[in-house]
Amino acid sequence: MTKLNRFLYIFGLAASVSLTVNASAVNLTGAGATFPYPIYAKWADTYKTQTGISLNYQSIGSGGGIKQIIAKTVDFGASDMPLKPEELEKNGLMQFPAVMGGVVPVINVTGVAAGQLKLDGKVLADIFLGKITKWNDPALMALNAGTKLPNETITVVHRSDGSGTTFIFTNYLSKVSPEWKSAVGEGTAVSWKAGTGGKGNEGVASYVQRIKNSIGYVEYAYALQNKMTYAQLKNHDGQFVKPDDSSFKAAATNADWEKAPGFYELLTNEPGKESWPITGATFILMHKTQDKLETAKEVLKFFDWAYINGGKTAEALDYVPMPEKVQKLVRAAWKSQVKDSKGTAIWK
Amino acid sequence: MPTFLREVHMKRHNLLDILFRNVTRLSAFAVLLLLVAIIVSLIIGSLPSIKTFNFRFFTSAEWDPVTNEFGALVPIVGTLVTSGIALLIAIPVSFGIALFLTELSPRWLRRPLGIAIELLAGIPSIIYGMWGLFVFAPLFADYVQPWLIEKLGPLPVFGPLFQGIPMGIGVLTAGIILAIMVIPFIASVMRDVFEVVPTLLKESAYGLGATTWEVMWHVVLPYTKIGVAGGIMLGLGRALGETMAVTFVIGNAHKLSASLLMPGNSISSALANEFNEAVGELYTSALVELGLILFLITFIVLSLARYMLYMLTKREGSTT
Repeated sequence: MTKLNRFLYIFGLAASVSLTVNASAVNLTGAGATFPYPIYAKWADTYKTQTGISLNYQSIGSGGGIKQIIAKTVDFGASDMPLKPEELEKNGLMQFPAVMGGVVPVINVTGVAAGQLKLDGKVLADIFLGKITKWNDPALMALNAGTKLPNETITVVHRSDGSGTTFIFTNYLSKVSPEWKSAVGEGTAVSWKAGTGGKGNEGVASYVQRIKNSIGYVEYAYALQNKMTYAQLKNHDGQFVKPDDSSFKAAATNADWEKAPGFYELLTNEPGKESWPITGATFILMHKTQDKLETAKEVLKFFDWAYINGGKTAEALDYVPMPEKVQKLVRAAWKSQVKDSKGTAIWK
Repeated sequence: MPTFLREVHMKRHNLLDILFRNVTRLSAFAVLLLLVAIIVSLIIGSLPSIKTFNFRFFTSAEWDPVTNEFGALVPIVGTLVTSGIALLIAIPVSFGIALFLTELSPRWLRRPLGIAIELLAGIPSIIYGMWGLFVFAPLFADYVQPWLIEKLGPLPVFGPLFQGIPMGIGVLTAGIILAIMVIPFIASVMRDVFEVVPTLLKESAYGLGATTWEVMWHVVLPYTKIGVAGGIMLGLGRALGETMAVTFVIGNAHKLSASLLMPGNSISSALANEFNEAVGELYTSALVELGLILFLITFIVLSLARYMLYMLTKREGSTT
């Protein structure tokens, strides 16, 4: 093949590829949280092969996602931290939960196996406040009779970047420890009283694996994939539970979504014998009044498809799909809240 | 050639000349304009933070996104200390490398060694960061830090610098990784300037019975000091602004600690960590002001270096 021929051939190929892309018309764009990125990407991939509609999701962080959707540069935003109803109102936005996950305390203490260490909310808060500094502290010994804990200093590992994971974690600590609430509070980034920071879930995971006698918190998926030593937690009902799909689901089922305006519902410290106390949903943000009707409809269609068909994929990636009950509420919210400029509902 | 033809020819040349001059001038001014634009946008971006915190921003170690209370003391100190440690290690090592390469090394070894150093300079910083976290930090925590804590920790004055628990990561680790990163820069500049010292000068000194060390110290170094200082500044500039490698190993904690073994934070790593997810005007603005401060620090350091050089040359009269 001559050079020119080859060039024409490649050019033609490229042209035909771009033509097929153009044929599928609607291109959906979204931006935001990093935590759900793997599942959104997987869903988008499958959805494209089935419908030809492509969805481009950029994991730029929840803060960025909120900024982008307010500026209308994307069709939907995504955030791990739900916006308060008044913030939604102010920006003309609505939100709904897409998928859930759990946050897990992970440790690296020689001789302590996964699930062996038992913690309760107050002790966990005190460790992260820097008040409990030794692994053989009486408070820890009392919870863990029979487990040998070393006389070593605890190294706390937290996130160095702003993160929805941190929000869920600090929200839980604020609920169970008044002292945490007044000294630190909750947020995607907080003023940590102790320890060292790792960037991203993977950063925290690798610090905990590398630093002896450390404790950190990561998304459940990271704890699983890195085979980390997780701890049991005492939940709202006083039961010690292990983090897994069923304990996350229990927390979601026991949450009272119906009474939560704008789906502002945090799944931390939920009642129920089985409930894992540090569970959280990740949210999708959309404008209530839509200019681009076709696109908005496609976005809703995509998430409807994901609710119906995406559960298995979500579980395979260690996320927890939204319970049916919640899906129904979300569809009702689409109908009542997402409208065109004349006030006609887009979702039917 | 007829006169009118020559004139046309000249005219065209003149025109090209003018065009050329203006294009180059434009390029030069574009850089200046860009610099000014960056400073202005940094200042505008940090206005809310400047208004709220005023001078307190420089003295407060508080960094609390929940209550919107920000102070830059920790990252400023972290940036200066890590860069300081880096230079403390890198300058003597680089000097040794350059000296060996230009004066002592057998000829056949010079090229491979020189290339190796240049290759080191080409490694992306994230690789240094990963190597620092996964390879260096665990070894450092197991073998070096316990010794430092045990032997140097109890000493007076310097002791507090080496107290704590052996975590592997921290300010000292960041400084060491930075040192490794800037050594190739400083060493290759030093080697290049040492090489241009006229053989005549060196031979004369050797002829007078000077040792290699004396030749280096009294002949080569004074002759090349501007170049050497330039190399050091290049290294310092890289160390001050280095982001990814530092983020991996510094520990990213907004806490002021006397010990070099404890985690800290630097300006660039705070920016890299927090900018994406910073919510709210004041938080973003405080981060932009951090960027502005880094800009100022670099500017001050470079000006100080220029001034130092100026004084050095002045003291010597009109040599060099």
